[in-house]
Amino acid sequence: MHISEGILSGAVLASGAALAVVGTGIGLKRLDADRIARSGILSACFFVASLIHVPIGPSSVHLIFNGVLGLLLGWAAFPAILVALILQAVFFQFGGITTLGVNTVVMALPAVICYFLFKNFMDKSPAWALPAAFAVGALSVLLSGIIVGLALMMTEEKFFEVTALVIGAHIPVMIIEGIVTCFLVAFLKKVQPDMLPGRRKTSG
Amino acid sequence: MREEFAIGDSSLHRLDPRLKIVAASALSIVVAVSTRFSALGVAVGLALILLAFARLPCGAIARHLVMVNGFVILFWIILPVSVPGTPWMHIGPIPLMREGLELAARLTIKSNAIVLAFIALVSTSSVVSLGGGMNRLRLPDKLVHLLLLTYRYLFVIQEEYERLKRAAVVRGFVPKTNLHTYRTYAFLVAILFIRAAARANRVQQAMLCRGFQGRFYSLQEYAFTPKDWMWAAGLGLAVAIIGIIEWMPGPWS
Repeated sequence: MHISEGILSGAVLASGAALAVVGTGIGLKRLDADRIARSGILSACFFVASLIHVPIGPSSVHLIFNGVLGLLLGWAAFPAILVALILQAVFFQFGGITTLGVNTVVMALPAVICYFLFKNFMDKSPAWALPAAFAVGALSVLLSGIIVGLALMMTEEKFFEVTALVIGAHIPVMIIEGIVTCFLVAFLKKVQPDMLPGRRKTSG
Repeated sequence: MREEFAIGDSSLHRLDPRLKIVAASALSIVVAVSTRFSALGVAVGLALILLAFARLPCGAIARHLVMVNGFVILFWIILPVSVPGTPWMHIGPIPLMREGLELAARLTIKSNAIVLAFIALVSTSSVVSLGGGMNRLRLPDKLVHLLLLTYRYLFVIQEEYERLKRAAVVRGFVPKTNLHTYRTYAFLVAILFIRAAARANRVQQAMLCRGFQGRFYSLQEYAFTPKDWMWAAGLGLAVAIIGIIEWMPGPWS
């Protein structure tokens, strides 16, 4: 989900850029040199995974996985997502320079929020961890939709119907993202639990 | 997924990446905050001229534009019927409002002008040279490293994903709307993340072995040629003209 170039007002674009700079700054500060390779490769993973389309009825939606990236990287999700968006702009022209800030906030802020809300549930028993994982997936998409909505509404009140449509379109994605995140975390818990926050000493 | 526009030898392909990043940013920002149709018209013209200089395949550009305009189409569907104003024409009983149509048209022109200029200026550089340019524009080292590493492993991870997907298909996996499908994709992505983390450890060790000290070295030289200066002047002038048309009162307003 990207806001295209040329739609938002200057003020909204500037606030998005400012927030993205702050988030990326914090993320980079916490990213020591020996975790750059890890963040870069996980960011590549996020890029590839977000191209996957899963069927829903006659149509299909693409998964986002920003919540998962948040769980795996903490604050470093900000620069990782910024970098993935730069590459998407260069490859596909989804988003561009002026919307880079807003789009980074749209994806990364929910990732970081979900990280802090749910990181302590991840090493609990599945009865706690799996509902939390569902919440990570669903909430990250919902929050992204809400930020998109806010950006549109703050640009132009006439965008109300568009905003409603955008958020409405996110509801099925939320549910599917929640389900997929739930399975994904269950798998990670069995196979590689130290990737999830809680067990390792996190620097998020 | 490939950098299809980065291949070529036009004058824009050879331009200094720093100049391209700065010019594309200035142009995008000016167009993004412009509202007058006259200024936007000049911006579209400028973008088309740049594209002509870049000598890119038209079919590929058209394909990209279609994808990019998905979001914009939403506005064409909704704004003409939702924005209050004077009816301009009717489709059956539904009046289409002039104000809504104008707003949708303005967004579309802006969006496409920026995208076209971005293709001509930024997508004609390889990610590696853009990264080098960003580094020389004093963007944080770590951010540039992250960009270059992500780019380096993007294709590796994508191949890995294709391989896993093929293995699933060979075992009879057909994506449908059911839990089994979602579970399969979840496990697929989970294993992708796990392998990526394991790979990251190996990459990290290999980088340390080769004496990585937090710097990437580039053999590419970044020197402004007279040609770069000419382009810089021309692009600066063009951005200034769009700004003047937008903000100065005149016969065009």
